[in-house]
Amino acid sequence: MAAPEGVRAGAEVRLQGLTKLFGPVVAVGDVSMTVPAGSFFTLLGPSGSGKTTTLMMVAGFVRPSRGAIAIDGIDVAALPPQKRDLGIVFQSYAVFPHLTVSENIAFPLEVRKVSAADIRRRVGEALELVRLTGYEGRLPRQLSGGEQQRVALARALVFRPRVLLMDEPLGALDKKLRGHMQLELKRIQRLLHVTVIYVTHDQEEALTMSDRVAVMRAGRTEQIGTPADLYELPVSPFVADFVGESNFLDGVVVSTNPDGRALVRTVGGLELSGVSREPLSLGQRIVAAVRPEKIVPYEAPAAELNRGKGVVDQIVYAGDATRYSVVLGQAGTLTVKVQNRLASRPLATGDVVELAWDAGDTRLFARAADEG
Amino acid sequence: MLATLASSPGRPMKADEIAPVVAPMEAADRRETRQYLLLLLPALLALGVFFVYPLCGILLRSVYKNGYTLESYRQVARTSVYLMVIALTFRTAAVVTLIALLLGYPLGYVLATVRPRLARVLVVIVVLPFLTSIIVRTYAWMVLLGSNGVVNQYLQALGLTHQPLRLLYNQAGVVVGMTYVLLPFMVLTLASVMRGIDPALVRAAHSLGANRWQAFRRVFLPLSAPGIVGGALLVFILSLGFFITPALMGGPSDVMIAMLIEREVEFTLNWSFASALAVILLALSLVGFAAYYRLVRLERLFEGLG
Repeated sequence: MAAPEGVRAGAEVRLQGLTKLFGPVVAVGDVSMTVPAGSFFTLLGPSGSGKTTTLMMVAGFVRPSRGAIAIDGIDVAALPPQKRDLGIVFQSYAVFPHLTVSENIAFPLEVRKVSAADIRRRVGEALELVRLTGYEGRLPRQLSGGEQQRVALARALVFRPRVLLMDEPLGALDKKLRGHMQLELKRIQRLLHVTVIYVTHDQEEALTMSDRVAVMRAGRTEQIGTPADLYELPVSPFVADFVGESNFLDGVVVSTNPDGRALVRTVGGLELSGVSREPLSLGQRIVAAVRPEKIVPYEAPAAELNRGKGVVDQIVYAGDATRYSVVLGQAGTLTVKVQNRLASRPLATGDVVELAWDAGDTRLFARAADEG
Repeated sequence: MLATLASSPGRPMKADEIAPVVAPMEAADRRETRQYLLLLLPALLALGVFFVYPLCGILLRSVYKNGYTLESYRQVARTSVYLMVIALTFRTAAVVTLIALLLGYPLGYVLATVRPRLARVLVVIVVLPFLTSIIVRTYAWMVLLGSNGVVNQYLQALGLTHQPLRLLYNQAGVVVGMTYVLLPFMVLTLASVMRGIDPALVRAAHSLGANRWQAFRRVFLPLSAPGIVGGALLVFILSLGFFITPALMGGPSDVMIAMLIEREVEFTLNWSFASALAVILLALSLVGFAAYYRLVRLERLFEGLG
């Protein structure tokens, strides 16, 4: 299973207008996306956003109400799960409790009638891949959560599927172990060139592991892009808030610039300039978003910068950085994140502080009618 | 819990191995043990008075007849009729257990996998017969199976048979009646184990390429084994001592051991002999249980799964 012989390049997965209705409830609505062959693709969203339902439709456990699923151009919508040749790692691992580690991993090979000698060799290779050599005879209840996770992974990969589906596989692990398993997963994915579709609600996990991320909300894809795209160029306040963290300020457009920049006046009279993906018109109501780490306190004023003056309200020390809540009067409260360096002067509650940030880091979003 | 944390994986640590380390806690442990014993006391007393004491009485009586003697046992061993009754009792119990398992397994599966609300309704339906007396239910079967009964009328009306079939007062009648009475024990035992099987495991089997039969055969069936073992054991043991149904629905040659015991007590007043038969039934049940236990390694099944 190590790269040379086992390599079978991952397949491209294409979803077209995929929809799942549960009675009148739209669980997944008209989702279309292309997962490039051999890429690590993440469905990211809060619970109830339809990401797991989408994954289960790809797996074949949930029948789509409408739409097509194609793997390397072949429509699989009518195939039962066992004919789709997909590796799946379930949230609960679903390791067979009555079988030993090697029996678990041999399972997909045995149902495919692989010869005993081949099974022995490939189980050994799979165990090596997930670094569980020596655990062959153990039963799942003698394993830790992380080890069971590796068994589930080895079992899902041993029959060389071209696509690996993973449903929040690291959710039950502690933070340290999760970080370690993230690196392991990436290593294995690069080694095998398998296409991975990964479901998570953890935006940090999505950013660090994925080649591309689809942010889902209420059954629809809100944005599909690289992690940097999502973080730096979110298409909506939802993405700006869900991926990373953002401060939001309400306002109206007071002047526009052909280059996409606009000047806005926020509630409370703050004048900010920012950028928008779509053209804005004068007087339009907008919401401006800026990330906490882009705001710099006590910087010398410069022409390019947006500025505001406020009072430090709350301070949260988080080791690498300190987060300040700064009240800007009527305009609202901004969260500011400052790296803890020797040079950075700690602020105290009640301090009056000048904040500054770049116009380019200020994203402007037109407010939808239903958002009042 | 403590043991699992402290031990290296793969080697369960015994309680006495950690006892010296936690010496200060020993007193508290003893107090806790005493409390548990206190809670057990009423049940132990009741068992002692109403079960162990009479059982000892039966044991004694089986070897006492105008002085201590093994005459009653010798009589059983000598008389082929008694041996045949014992054999028939075990055979009937085995047949009933097997049929109850075959009928109960799919039903248990349905109970365990349908939506919870429907499952509750089905459980009530399964348990409903318990709300009537077993005698009433047995008579109901006799009405159904008699030569002028509903079943025979339908069979004749459909032209499947010209003569009424003999469905009653023979081995078939006994098996039908006993299976009917004991089926709920099998179904409920199976369903409770099946409900504990994570549906994701069967899904996982499918995702790994197993078809429906392979997923059932290699994942669901072995995981439901504790239910099969438990249900079969329960039904078999209850069958061995069954009395009313075989007495009413069986023929003259379908005598089961419980009926024999009853006759010795009621008519011949040979209490020593009746006691000997009871002891033999108990001993054979225990031997059967022990063999079964070794065969399926109950212990391992129950600790690992469920």
